[in-house]
Amino acid sequence: MRRTINLRKGLNLNLQGALSDESIKKELSPASVALVPDDFPGFLPKLEVKEGDSVNAGQPLLHDKNDTDMKLVSPVSGVVESVVRGARRKIMRVVVRPDASAGTSVVHDTASAKTPQGLRELLKKSGLWAMMRRRPYDIVPQDADEPRDIFVTAMDTAPLAPALDRMVSGRQDEIKAALAALKSLTKGNIYIGVEKGAAFPDFSDAEIVEFPALHPAGNVGVQIANIKPVNKGEVVWTLDIVTLVRIGSLLLNGVVDSSTCVAVTGSEVASPCMVKTVIGADMATLLKGDVRTDGRHHRVISGNVLTGVPVGEEGYLRYPYRQVTVIPEGDDADEFMGWASLSPKKMSVNRSFLGHFLSRAFNPDARLNGGKRAMIMSGEYDKVFPMDILPEYLIKAIISKDIDQMEALGIYEVAPEDFALAEYVDPSKLELQKIVREGLDYLRSEV
Amino acid sequence: MKALRNYLNRVKPHFEPDGKLHAFRSVFDGFETFLYTPNTTSTSGVNIHDSLDSKRVMIIVVLALMPCLLFGMYNTGYQNWLAAGATEFPFWELMLYGFLAVLPRIVVAYVVGLGIEFVVAQWRREEIQEGFLVTGILIPLICPIETPLWMLAVATAFSVIFVKEVFGGTGYNVFNVALVTRAFLFFAYPAQMSGDKVFVSTSSICGLGHNLTDGFSGATPLGQIASFTGGDLQLLNITGNPISTWDAFLGLIPGSFGETSTLCILIGAVILLATGIASWRIMLSVVVGGLLMGWIANVFETPTYPASFLNPLDQLLYGGFAFAAVFMATDPVTAARTGTGKYIYGLLVGVVAVLIRTYNNGYPEGAMLAVLLANALAPLIDYCVVQANVARRMRRLKARA
Repeated sequence: MRRTINLRKGLNLNLQGALSDESIKKELSPASVALVPDDFPGFLPKLEVKEGDSVNAGQPLLHDKNDTDMKLVSPVSGVVESVVRGARRKIMRVVVRPDASAGTSVVHDTASAKTPQGLRELLKKSGLWAMMRRRPYDIVPQDADEPRDIFVTAMDTAPLAPALDRMVSGRQDEIKAALAALKSLTKGNIYIGVEKGAAFPDFSDAEIVEFPALHPAGNVGVQIANIKPVNKGEVVWTLDIVTLVRIGSLLLNGVVDSSTCVAVTGSEVASPCMVKTVIGADMATLLKGDVRTDGRHHRVISGNVLTGVPVGEEGYLRYPYRQVTVIPEGDDADEFMGWASLSPKKMSVNRSFLGHFLSRAFNPDARLNGGKRAMIMSGEYDKVFPMDILPEYLIKAIISKDIDQMEALGIYEVAPEDFALAEYVDPSKLELQKIVREGLDYLRSEV
Repeated sequence: MKALRNYLNRVKPHFEPDGKLHAFRSVFDGFETFLYTPNTTSTSGVNIHDSLDSKRVMIIVVLALMPCLLFGMYNTGYQNWLAAGATEFPFWELMLYGFLAVLPRIVVAYVVGLGIEFVVAQWRREEIQEGFLVTGILIPLICPIETPLWMLAVATAFSVIFVKEVFGGTGYNVFNVALVTRAFLFFAYPAQMSGDKVFVSTSSICGLGHNLTDGFSGATPLGQIASFTGGDLQLLNITGNPISTWDAFLGLIPGSFGETSTLCILIGAVILLATGIASWRIMLSVVVGGLLMGWIANVFETPTYPASFLNPLDQLLYGGFAFAAVFMATDPVTAARTGTGKYIYGLLVGVVAVLIRTYNNGYPEGAMLAVLLANALAPLIDYCVVQANVARRMRRLKARA
């Protein structure tokens, strides 16, 4: 009997540009791929290659400064085209130009993975370790971590997101192998959060918990908070089901599967569809001919509209490598007295907008729709925050850098993505995800 | 609209840091963002934002206050005509009279308050905030119509500076700015602010209305109760006829400009609740608190405290109770912010309002003081609710250990 947790708080945004069916429409080989160290918080990148080096698929490009065994690997065989650096020589991305004839995939010896220590080493050098996260701090797992439990989410409730459980259908063997292996790394349980009513099989090594398809129920942080919250001093690991399948595939075949299914969605995409490509693929390849030519400025987001990164049409597919959304930028609009608007095209949770009562799909742009203010309205965040945490007070504690208060109010339980919906509904337009990320980083540097 | 946009774009450089009008940058920004929704797009975090912003929040509150404002105009005219002994009440003349009576007060409140806001915003190099849009209309609504304009100006300036700006501006104030204005008037000029003449407009304006002589009593119902000395308690209107519950509900009684009509306040409440701008928790619990305390007072009725003769429902109809419940207690900045805290805060407002009004004959109106007291206690209420959350987390930790 599966446990079902009913969450009532949350919000499903009804946006234009949804997938009409989730079967793979085409396979795209990218012109170049990039690895962005910023996608892996807590990972301090050091280069292992130079520009012009030939690399094999699965060969390390970067390692972590504090834990040199932890690698980020090239998703393809090819040539290192460039290492782009930003201010203070920070590594922004490593770009690899694929060349199918250049080499073969790195094959790992999986025999050593029978022991926990061997498994840890295998995960680290294969680059899959860095695709997991740990709480507190929502960073890449640390070497010394003894996770209390491991949480896997098999649902993505974000706007326009593809169904994760269907993405991995038919990969039972991989899931089984990965669960059996991960079980050796924790004394506790492995929990898998799935959508209520989804045809997700049972596994002996995991407890499956059902959640309603109401965003943010798909966020692993929300699932943890409602299954077994993180206490101070405890560590849990989190990952999504796609990463779990990659781990299984590595254990079974010895090779990192760097292919990925990406949902190309959003109101500015002519025909939203699923495509199969490679981790870190370039947007130019992914979006070729798909973006509407309507003269508007576009915002190309790697990820969903709430947590995704705007990368531009020259950008690359970023972690977690499963969705691209294109929406209008909106900086070219001239809206007269927008605050007084009665237009049914305005999307809002507030009942003073006609659109609130219509069951239509909206195509919002990236404007803030207002100026930044102090926190004026109260209780707005709580409506979309299904955790036993007082988000307003936690945010205030973070802003005032009050470490005791942050701990007391549960900062160890949250990740920036958990605040994404609150940031969307906030009439004061505060940058909540940025505040939380800075708070977590501050805490990590102080504690 | 294109021409206006082009004009704004043309003059904008003058207000940039190097322009000759840079001292008015905040004012320009204020008007520009008022006319055109800014094109600023998100730079971090979420890529889309909800359409609701604080401008719309404030405008909805102003809209919800409109029925009270319009009725206040009519009632101001009506009381003047009634006191002069008229038997016919021409609607448009009454409205125009009331409009002319209140207009200078609205203008004074906005000019003084917004003036200070503009200066402070420019000084802090911030965008002008729209909080005073609501405060500026609330102030004339909760003051007696005969409040001298200079007192209104002094009181508004005091509360905008010392209640709001010194704390950091909109969103940071501890006390409700409009109510402090009213309290300042009440305590600084007690002679002019009480008595039975201040609630009725006594002179003709631009040839409209009547110059009243001293032959009437314009005491509010609560004022009459406070000065009650014995015998049968009978509330009278200006001409000495009894006030019916229906009159009190409609609001055709002497009182502060916009507070008399419970009907119009209810319309405002419906607007605020339907749009979800005001907290139903607070509104509900204020009413429950008022009814509860009114009932207790009524059960133990005594001639020492004549307000205890009022039945609980009348407590809601007279004075500023309904207005305070709908527009004052629900101010999100000064009210409690946690869900549970809102119930406690509302109950406190309701109970204390009736408590003061009943058991303190010095203060015929308790709603103002009750809300201010609850404002002061709101952070404490929230603190307790937050500590309960913290304690739950600590217990969880201990259970593990």
